[in-house]
Amino acid sequence: VRMRCRIPVILLACGSFNPTTNMHMRLFELARDHLHQTGQYQVIEGIMSPVSDKYGKKGLVSARHRVAMARLALETSDWIRVDPWESQQDTWTETVKVLRHHYNEALRAFQTKEFMRNKQPTESSTGDSVSCQRAVLPELKLLCGADFLQTFKTPNLWKEEDIKEIVEKFGLVCISRAGSDPSQFIQESDLLSEFQHNIFLVREWIQNEISATQIRSALCRGLSVKYLIPDSVIAYIAQHNVYTAESERSNEGHLLQPLRLPNTAIKHLRD
Amino acid sequence: DPDRKTEVVLLACGSFNPITNMHLRLFELAKDYLHETGKYKVIKGIISPVGDAYKKKGLISANHRVTMAKLATKNSDWVEVDDWESCQSEWLETLKVLRYHHQKLLSTDVTNSLQDAVPITKLGRKRKQESNRHEPIKKKNQSPVVKSVPQVKLLCGSDMLESFGIPNLWKLEDITEIVEKHGLVCISRAGNNVQKFIYESDILWRHKNNIHLVEEWITNDISSTKIRRALRRGQSIRYLVPEAVRAYIEQNRLYGPESEDRNAGVVLAPLQKYASDPRSSQALN
Repeated sequence: VRMRCRIPVILLACGSFNPTTNMHMRLFELARDHLHQTGQYQVIEGIMSPVSDKYGKKGLVSARHRVAMARLALETSDWIRVDPWESQQDTWTETVKVLRHHYNEALRAFQTKEFMRNKQPTESSTGDSVSCQRAVLPELKLLCGADFLQTFKTPNLWKEEDIKEIVEKFGLVCISRAGSDPSQFIQESDLLSEFQHNIFLVREWIQNEISATQIRSALCRGLSVKYLIPDSVIAYIAQHNVYTAESERSNEGHLLQPLRLPNTAIKHLRD
Repeated sequence: DPDRKTEVVLLACGSFNPITNMHLRLFELAKDYLHETGKYKVIKGIISPVGDAYKKKGLISANHRVTMAKLATKNSDWVEVDDWESCQSEWLETLKVLRYHHQKLLSTDVTNSLQDAVPITKLGRKRKQESNRHEPIKKKNQSPVVKSVPQVKLLCGSDMLESFGIPNLWKLEDITEIVEKHGLVCISRAGNNVQKFIYESDILWRHKNNIHLVEEWITNDISSTKIRRALRRGQSIRYLVPEAVRAYIEQNRLYGPESEDRNAGVVLAPLQKYASDPRSSQALN
């Protein structure tokens, strides 16, 4: 019986998670379903990586809280976890570096597992379409929404070589809502078109656009956010008084960290 | 002045097949809205799943639907599930469910008022065991505060409001009594046609002060139909319905192609009932 090996995939989502909402977690579920339905992939893990405080975004509360809330939100998930590495770095870290870090970690884990497996005589696993006689290297893909993809064209926000590495070496899984279609945006970019085989576009038909900004705004007004974010996160926010009018003003007037970096020879994506 | 606020119970009727986070959001949005007017105090939310006799396509047994709604509201301190409607052997008009809950609310209110006023009748004598033991007399010194009568308002989405226009689905006199005597709280998406719909109907226009329109800015399209579709296709519904509901659906293997075929070809109960009733084909305008 010839068994077709599925490529193991790890999904990594970078973002503020300020706070984590039901929509953030939906992205993972949608991406996993989509990749599984291609028949070629097996999603083995999901990682949520909250950005460091040094990102300098307006209204960003301390990473300690954001990581804690993400952890609470993911309590009921058996495959998604939060990783605080990025949030613990001294400076803001480019997305491509976060990808590299997690890929190296995955590789290390894979090699350890392979080493252990080879120490024991192989026992064929019957009927398991996922494990193969020869183990397949896992792939790490960046999970994002369509708006994230659009930021590629914001001047000075991304280095073109980083975008290239992301789509070439890693890959993108991009969730978009029923109305919008990012394929045109991809067509209009030579770089993205070249690697479109590695850009997975997933349509979200069940619209659920819970923006974290709206959540914070509702909280400041004393309005309910129940059923938009997990109850455990609501309780945490109340207990620690995370979001206030004051927290909304943090980093006000400051430039986002990536925009502050010297940007010699940064090419605009559309050039 | 908190005593001048009208007490409101929000009643949501529907299939809840299954209940989703969107249904639950309706209650939260409605409560916030009514409180912000300063005129109302929402004291309870009631989810009333429709009975099986409704005969809607894909409708699974009321037992499951009620159970899932209860699982969904176990973490709510003000929204609860009432299975009276689902226990009826025949389909019931929404107005009848409203009247039932209104009656219930009034009699509870009367009982509460009586409890406050009734003193112990026989001092020193042991009373027979009663379900309501009263505290020793605590007479209120001031004259009773006049509270306006508590109300039961129908909570719905714009689709239900607009369904008033579907021929033979509603009786005009029912719609009239609903908006006149009870009231509607209608949640709809930004950019909807609800105001236009109300404008185009004389009955609705006349009672528009009793139709509260609440705009939902966070696009939330988690319909039960889409949930059932996702389940048939083996797709995840996590974070769209409460986790306990998701687990229940999985454990009981609800919602497959067979369940979706239930009542296929059967006429919906209200349509069946009113097909020959001239009162229901009266135009809403």
